[in-house]
Order: sequence, then structure tokens, then C-alpha cells
Amino acid sequence: MSHGPSASGGALVKAGAHGHDVPHEPVFVGETAARLETLIERYPNRQAALLPALWMLQEARGWVSEAGMVEVAQQLALTPAYVKGVVTFYTMYHQHPVGKYFIQVCTTSPCHVCGAEDVVKAFLEQTGCGELGVTSDDGKFTVIEVECLGACGFATPVMVNSDFLESITPNRVAEVLARYP
Amino acid sequence: MGYPHQPHPRENTVLSRYFGDAEARSVDGWKSRGGYKALQSALQMDPLAVVNVVKDSGLRGRGGAGFPTGLKWSFMKLGDGKPHYLCCNADESEPGTFKDREIMRWTPHALVEGVAIGAYAIGAETAYIYIRGEFTEPLAIMEQAVADARAAGIIGKNAMGSGKTIDVWVHKGAGAYICGEETALMNSLEGKRGNPRIKPPFPAVSGLFGMPTTINNVETLAAVPHILNHGAEWYKKLSRPDNPKSTGTKLWSVCGNVQRPGNYEVEMGFPFGEFLHDLCGGALPGRKLKAVIPGGSSVPIITIAEAEAGVMDYEGMVACGTMLGSAGCIVFDDAQSMPRQIARLARFYAHESCAQCTQCREGTAWTTKILERMVAGDGTMEDFDTLLSIADNMTGKTICVLSDSCAVPVVSGIQRFRHEFEALIKRTTIHVVPQVIA
Ligand SMILES: Cc1cc2nc3c(=O)[nH]c(=O)nc-3n(C[C@H](O)[C@H](O)[C@H](O)COP(=O)(O)O)c2cc1C
Ligand code: SF4
Ligand code: FES
Repeated sequence: MSHGPSASGGALVKAGAHGHDVPHEPVFVGETAARLETLIERYPNRQAALLPALWMLQEARGWVSEAGMVEVAQQLALTPAYVKGVVTFYTMYHQHPVGKYFIQVCTTSPCHVCGAEDVVKAFLEQTGCGELGVTSDDGKFTVIEVECLGACGFATPVMVNSDFLESITPNRVAEVLARYP
Repeated sequence: MGYPHQPHPRENTVLSRYFGDAEARSVDGWKSRGGYKALQSALQMDPLAVVNVVKDSGLRGRGGAGFPTGLKWSFMKLGDGKPHYLCCNADESEPGTFKDREIMRWTPHALVEGVAIGAYAIGAETAYIYIRGEFTEPLAIMEQAVADARAAGIIGKNAMGSGKTIDVWVHKGAGAYICGEETALMNSLEGKRGNPRIKPPFPAVSGLFGMPTTINNVETLAAVPHILNHGAEWYKKLSRPDNPKSTGTKLWSVCGNVQRPGNYEVEMGFPFGEFLHDLCGGALPGRKLKAVIPGGSSVPIITIAEAEAGVMDYEGMVACGTMLGSAGCIVFDDAQSMPRQIARLARFYAHESCAQCTQCREGTAWTTKILERMVAGDGTMEDFDTLLSIADNMTGKTICVLSDSCAVPVVSGIQRFRHEFEALIKRTTIHVVPQVIA
């Protein structure tokens, strides 16, 4: 649940200046709406498609806005309040816009003992973010700490958007960032 | 285990034989390696006969609790007229554990096959594989494998020509350790917050969508085809002769301060000392191993001396003061401060508590606060009693065992490394080598 100090999702990503007032264009139209309906058939009811629908929303818009939640609620015959309750439980749905590249560094004990803190430091310095959860001025990067990524033997694993990178050390950070223009 | 290292001669690679072999990822590649024979023969057996083979094999759950798999399957009442479900738990988030990820990345069809056999055995027409959202690569590979298996007629409306429906779907999680707890996973799959449910009712009575449900770990299900192919007797022999309660091979994920972290597959009953020093290569140059958490962060921390005398099976781990858990082995060397590491683990649990139970919500938060204050050098001798009393209040009193899991490293850590905490309080220097970063 996203109430901790290193939550990857909404709560700790600090709201930027941009994003909130952009009018919401519906996501579930045409092909996307059809894809959602096909997906719903896997389950005995529409509500079970909530997590997948939120993923579709985030993939389309980069984050999960209040207006997006209203749209998802309508699609699945749920209330917006219910959908928000679910969104806020999970760490991976962004409740604010984030940088173009969202960087998550594992710092749980197995990675911690292999030097994960220094990897975090290197990312904060070299992206210009300076602080966890803050998007860099050029809008390119947001860096957060994340709990165990399930790849502890490959310390330190780092996620950049949906890319899963293994065995990152402080001196590999520059090379990693160069891949994300 | 083959990936990222070559298998050690002392390993027995049943599940991990094709790790690193990308050709094993396709339907044809899997079939040419002996895949889907077990499903074919299972579909010709009575479901109860399948359950009985698994029961006889002694296979126990690899997700953490070690519950006998065949017995769990036998709780499903066949022919009760209700839809049955199988959930495959691929939420793998227990710190130290990364074996299911490798099974899914390299041998996705081993899992599809195991899931299909499990579904058939418990009378389920639908199975969901719930994979944590961060596992982007395993998710893509499993989605592909399921689609390919469906296109090949292996699963779907007429699975392998049997006339049976076995639908398998991949469901993507969204970031929450607690969704690995079985009833939280079911809530999450239903489109709810991932809060664990009060038991009873147990999933076999009322599980996913309120229907009879079985939930099994990835590794548990991936072992099933091998058991059907080679027989229960073969599986039972993969153990130490004096302990029939732990059978088969086991994948151990090893991480932390060792020369060769990675996954290793050994038979139940393997000597832990040899495992740590030979297979994993022992300590880094100039360092000494100090402590081990053998079964994922939720089991007691033991000293290296206790570990070296240990035997790697469910009972052997209990005998050396800990548990097998999820077999995620975290190794600490003499450069690590145990209070600091225990504080970090407590922070993990505080972050992951779903906050339904007061003991857990408050207990994990206060434990973290006190430990972090001690690590910062502001501890007092009274903190020990406070921590142990909080731990006592967190144990055996909550809806799920996440709360207990937070108390475990605290209690076992204070028991074995009290001197390190005291040194922090008295501000005396102890031998903690400064950490060298590669
Ligand atoms: C907090 C918590 C987290 C868990 N996480 C996982 C997990 O990530 N994967 C898993 O297979 N089991 C996990 N479990 C254990 C499951 O509840 C369940 O026992 C297991 O999936 C059953 O499968 P098995 O009998 O094949 O082991 C967790 C349990 C708890 C209490
Ligand atoms: S013990 Fe903790 S994680 Fe488990 S149900 Fe209670 S509050 Fe949630
Ligand atoms: S602790 Fe970092 S991946 Fe598990």
C-alpha cells in the first residue's frame, strides 16, 4: 500500500506544475474500447477488469488522472470513489504526471547490502532530479526508490519505465541514462 | 542452474535445466524437450488419480508455507456444480526471492503445463496466473506462451483434444507485496484493494469470486509435470533418506554478499555449508560471512555457524533455528551492520502493510521508528524491551502473517546480534568493515 516513504506510485511522486488542467480525452473509444470488452470476457464480472483497465489508461496517458478514473468507473459500472480507492492502494499507478522516464531503484535489504544507496545517489545527481519523487526541470526524469523488484541476485535492479535493467552499479548510471534521450 | 552461471555438478537441474536456453520458450521447443507429455497423459487420467500422484510425491507448496500440494488439491469438491478456479501465484515479492521470475522467463510452457494439469485435477475450467506488475519481461513471455498454447490447441475449449475446457489467463498486478498473500491476491484479481481476507472460509470453500479456489506458487505448479512424467516414487527419492517429509528438488535464490549470487537447484536435504561455500562461492575477497536469512525476509535470521550446520529442507531449516519459507537466501558479511539491515527490513514491512489490522499498521511503523533511531545512535537499553513487546503484540494476532513477518527479523536479530545493537547504544566501535562499492 502506498503510504510508505519509498512508494513508487502516486503518493510520493510530487505533483508537478503541468498536467492537472489538461482536459481529459476519452481513452476507451474505438479499438481500445473493443480491447477492454474482449478482456472483460476473461472474467465472470466487469469489476475484475479494473486493474487491466487502469493499466490501459496509464499506458495511453502516462498517468491515472481523476477524470481517467471517472471514465474507467463508467466503463466497468463502478463508482469513481471506488476506483480511486483501488488506485491509491497500488504503487504502480501514477496519480500525478511523471517524467518521460520513470526510474525505480530497488533499495530493499538484499540490494542495500550490495550498494543500492549509491546507485540511487548517482541517479539523483546525474538526472538533475536531486530529490526522490521530483521530476527534473527538463521533464525527462523522475527517480524513486522501490521495494524488492524480485531480482535480488542481480543487484541492483532498476526499472526505467517498463525496461527492467539488472546489475546496475553507480559507474553504469551514465551509460544507462545515455540510452534514454 | 545454467543462468547466469553454468550449473554446478552438485545441482540436480529438473526445473532449471533449460534456464538460459531461449529455444525452450516456444511451444515446439518445449515439446521437443519433452513438454506437454505430462498434460496429455493427465487428461487421460481421472482427476482424482492426478491428485493422488501429486499427494504420493510429497510435493509441498513452494510459495512459503510448505503446505502439501496434493492434500490442498483434494479439498476441492469435484462435481459440486460450482465453477472452480485455479490461481497461480506469480507475485514473487518476498525480499531475497527471484526463482519464479526465472521459471517464467525461460520455461514459460513448464508453467502453462503445470497450471493446466492443476486446473484439470481440481475441476477448474479457468486459471489465472497473477504476475506482479514490475515483472515486465516475464509478463510478456507468459502472455506469449499462453497465446501460443491456445493457438496450438493445448489449452482452451478443447484442451489437447480432450473435450475439456482449460482456459488460462495472465493477470497483471500493480505493485503491492501483500497481493502475494493468497486471499489478497484473490481480492486484487476481483478488482479490489489487495486486503487479505479473514479465514475461514478457506479458498477451497469460498475463494476467487466466492467460488472454490486453489492457489499455488509458480514453482509448485512447474514441478507437477515432472512428477507425472517420472512418477511419485522418483520424486520422493530426491530427498535425504531419513526425512520423507521434504521431497523433490528445490530452487534456491541466493543474493547479498556472496561470490556467485543466482538460482541453484538442489535436492531436498542438501548440506547448507557446502551450498554456501562451494556452490555460491562463499564470501567476497577479504570478507567473512556473518549471517543468513535462508527463506526470504520473513524467516528468522541465523548466524553463519548455525547455517553451516544446517540441512536444506523444511525440517532441516527448522532444526537450525529458521524456516525454508520461499528459499530466498540472503547472505550478510562482516561489512554489514545487522541493526541497520534489520531496520531496513522493518521499513519494508511498514511500507507493505495493508493497514487493516492495528497491530500490524502501528507495530510495523513503530518498530521501524525505534530501529532507525537506534541505528542513528539514539537508542537506549529500554528499546530492547519495547521492541520485543511490540513484536509479541504483532505475532499471531492479525488477519494475515505479514505482521508476524515483521516481528521475525527483529526478534531473531536481537537474539543473535544483540551485541551490535548494544554497541550502537553505548557508541562503542565494533568490527564493522567499511563497505566497499564495486
Ligand atoms: C504477506 C505474504 C506474501 C506472500 N507472497 C507470496 C508470493 O509472492 N508468492 C507466493 O507464491 N506465495 C506468497 N505467499 C504465500 C501464499 O499466501 C500462499 O501460501 C501460496 O501462494 C500457496 O501456494 P503453494 O501452496 O504452492 O506454496 C505470501 C504470503 C504472505 C502472508
Ligand atoms: S497483518 Fe498487516 S498486511 Fe496482513 S491483513 Fe493485517 S494489516 Fe494487512
Ligand atoms: S531486494 Fe532488490 S530486487 Fe529484491
